[in-house]
Amino acid sequence: MDNILRSLADIVDETHVSNRQEELFIYSFDLGTAEPRRPDYVVSPESVEQIQAILRLANRNKIPVVPLGGGLSLAGLAVPLKGGILIDLKRMDRIIEVNEKSRYAVLECGVSQAQLTSYLEKHHPQLTHSEPGAPPTATIAGNLMIHGQGDLAQPYGFNSDLINGLEVVLPTGEICRLGSCAVGSEWFTNHPLPDINVFLGWYGTTGIITKLSMRLFPAKRIRGTGQFVVDNEELVPEILFKLTHTQMAEDIIAYSRAIPPFSDGLQHITVNIAADTEKELEWKQEILWDDTLGEYIRNGDGAYLGFTMGLERPQISKTSDYKKGGGFEYVGSIMPIEKYPDCYRIGRKISEKHNIPYTVTGRCVGVGHSMMFAWTYAFNRAEPDTIRHAKEALHETDDIVVELGGVIWKPGIYGQKLIMERLDPATRELMKKIKKLLDPNGIMNPGNWDVK
Amino acid sequence: MYELKFNIEKCLDCPSQACLTKCQYMNIDSKTAKNEIIKIAQGEDSFVLHNCVTCYACEEYCPMGNHPFYLIVERQEALDCAPVPRPLIKRAIKLGIPFRGEPEIKPIDGPALNMGAFSELMPLIQGKLFENIPVISTDARKMFHYFCQLMYLHYAKSSVIKERLPGIINTIARHKPTQLICFHDECYGTYASYCPAVGIDVPFEPVHFYEFLFERLMELKALIKPMNLKVAYQRPCSSRLSPDKHLFVNRIFELIGVEIVKRTYSDENALCCAGTIQGQRVEGSRKRARELQRKNIEDMKKAGAQICVFNCPACFQTLGRIVSENGIKPIHMSDLCRLAIGEKPTGWR
Ligand SMILES: Cc1cc2nc3c(=O)[nH]c(=O)nc-3n(C[C@H](O)[C@H](O)[C@H](O)COP(=O)(O)OP(=O)(O)OC[C@H]3O[C@@H](n4cnc5c(N)ncnc54)[C@H](O)[C@@H]3O)c2cc1C
Ligand code: SF4
Ligand code: SF4
Repeated sequence: MDNILRSLADIVDETHVSNRQEELFIYSFDLGTAEPRRPDYVVSPESVEQIQAILRLANRNKIPVVPLGGGLSLAGLAVPLKGGILIDLKRMDRIIEVNEKSRYAVLECGVSQAQLTSYLEKHHPQLTHSEPGAPPTATIAGNLMIHGQGDLAQPYGFNSDLINGLEVVLPTGEICRLGSCAVGSEWFTNHPLPDINVFLGWYGTTGIITKLSMRLFPAKRIRGTGQFVVDNEELVPEILFKLTHTQMAEDIIAYSRAIPPFSDGLQHITVNIAADTEKELEWKQEILWDDTLGEYIRNGDGAYLGFTMGLERPQISKTSDYKKGGGFEYVGSIMPIEKYPDCYRIGRKISEKHNIPYTVTGRCVGVGHSMMFAWTYAFNRAEPDTIRHAKEALHETDDIVVELGGVIWKPGIYGQKLIMERLDPATRELMKKIKKLLDPNGIMNPGNWDVK
Repeated sequence: MYELKFNIEKCLDCPSQACLTKCQYMNIDSKTAKNEIIKIAQGEDSFVLHNCVTCYACEEYCPMGNHPFYLIVERQEALDCAPVPRPLIKRAIKLGIPFRGEPEIKPIDGPALNMGAFSELMPLIQGKLFENIPVISTDARKMFHYFCQLMYLHYAKSSVIKERLPGIINTIARHKPTQLICFHDECYGTYASYCPAVGIDVPFEPVHFYEFLFERLMELKALIKPMNLKVAYQRPCSSRLSPDKHLFVNRIFELIGVEIVKRTYSDENALCCAGTIQGQRVEGSRKRARELQRKNIEDMKKAGAQICVFNCPACFQTLGRIVSENGIKPIHMSDLCRLAIGEKPTGWR
């Protein structure tokens, strides 16, 4: 056994560390188009102390460290670009506390979206969190690391805006707390201390989140989805503006896709509505469909498609089947809502060029302050040519996001480079200083957010 | 191109103008009715074209078999006054496009049961009632090759029906069915009523699903245990195209020992599920649909129904939840028949 493996086994135990090729293989790729790269070791800690010890070991030996949650962020963000130790955080999955009155949950970093959802449904049915449309094993911490958005993003914003505090292990092994928990109080607020949160959105390059406090929201008894459709993409921004103005909706998503044919060329707008009573539901529906969108229905430009009980998320994952072989990746961007028509038309054009059925989706974030607009490209893992097309389409889309004045969301290496080239020099310098200060040996998820 | 056989002379001689005077969604006296139907027949605009909710019922009300509803739809299309907004029409037209491969054709040379565009509802045709009957359109990925297209009557698009239907009939005919038992009675209405009305040839004999169910139940009579349930029946719009088959509803109910409750909104006066009304352009359509649904279900409740029996899957989808929230169990007719012969349908509790 080599020394590093021995030391890792001493920290966790022999059953939770491995350098066997078949196990390293599993950790070498994600769902997207990123080139696979195996880590040298994979280790699965169960405590903060073990994470501290692993980071100290890695620092002493200057070995790269890559934290992994559900590994579902696509874009290769947890693929160990420079090998090293991959830390699989899934065993850190305790739900430590749910404070019902103050509406927050304190979680370990390996808690998955589905775990929290089912726990709340069972033990605190009046509470819910902003769950992304990602597969259920995605972790809440991983989602914060990429500034994700869930199905309450429309009223409340990015998930990373919804935290009440963090516990982080710094690259050099110290534990650091942010928010009210930093002064020994409960985990009920992220403010009002001086803001030193330099971890969210950093893909783990400045530290590993070990605990977090997530805000919870009222779970109304009835939740369901209404749909509206228009054939003119130019109408989408004003419709989203009007819908968000009502403050009657939860998630609001606009989408268009080539398959199935009924959505081809049309813009569907799904609106999640929640209510405690039928009376509240009907009142909200009246305001949304009849009062707010009635004019489009009467003049024949927009149509109400009905309301379905129960939440059904946009089935982005079905897209992966368009090419058979189960591969897909998307470019996400944070965009002003008024760019929807351009984003849609460009998505069609790029997809057609690469012979991929187009799929585009825009989710309102924060009462329409922005939207997350995504272009999805499917490919067949068994056909290198389709992978090449998807990769090219992804890069072309990254370029377009920048051209349109948006910001690439959870960029891969190519997108990070585009951002760095445009980044304000002083901002880049500050990032560099932060990085140097926190991770002097540059061991954390190297290759990502590299500031030269 | 196929042309609707509508005879204006029949209207001129018509003693009743029942097509419009019986309409449940507009209040029309017989003088106005005569005026308006003649205007429509002559290609002129009429308020009827703008206010029709496309419930199909006038097809049944006309005692002369003159196809007033098909006429209304043709004129709505010609005068560009569809009852629903443009994006909904485009969406519906695209919905019927097959996109997942070609159907597998195996000649049957005998009766066949056609699932049409409801292949996903195969669980509704299980058990003894359906033994030994070959089924076509069983693959949901390919079901639009069997889609009867008549839905476009709600969208003022007779042209789409006429354009696509011969191809659909050809696909079905390649299976060589002698008789085509139609799972959905909209398919039956297509082949038994619409095709003859516009002159499209149908090279097989359509059979109504309820006639088939009744005959099968007769064969399995020994297994039937009277159910002693009080039921309401949700009559779908498409059954207005085959009023001569509506009698099988009562025959089946009698045979399996359920009592159909006496309601205001049944048979000729049945209210449609309002699924199509909620999306129409006329101001207040969504609310109107909700009110119609409430009225319909209140009527079932008042009459003491324990079960609501559905024929059309679309009605089931629109009303099923509301019905059950009101303490009435929704069930499809074929599942009810299965219960009667001692079988347990999928999901039944
Ligand atoms: C079909 C599909 C739909 C999706 N829909 C959405 C959506 O609606 N909204 C949305 O926001 N996202 C969506 N995603 C993207 C993504 O899956 C989610 O954001 C998910 O929550 C990411 O979590 P993860 O645990 O998979 O992260 P991972 O991929 O494991 O990690 C993400 C990044 O954070 C780092 N990291 C992970 N855990 C930690 C930690 N504890 N500390 C420090 N760094 C860490 C990793 O190294 C990596 O760089 C979707 C993905 C798919 C495949
Ligand atoms: S359509 Fe029928 S009911 Fe109406 S006026 Fe003509 S013949 Fe009479
Ligand atoms: S289809 Fe229905 S609503 Fe339209 S005119 Fe005929 S009966 Fe009236």
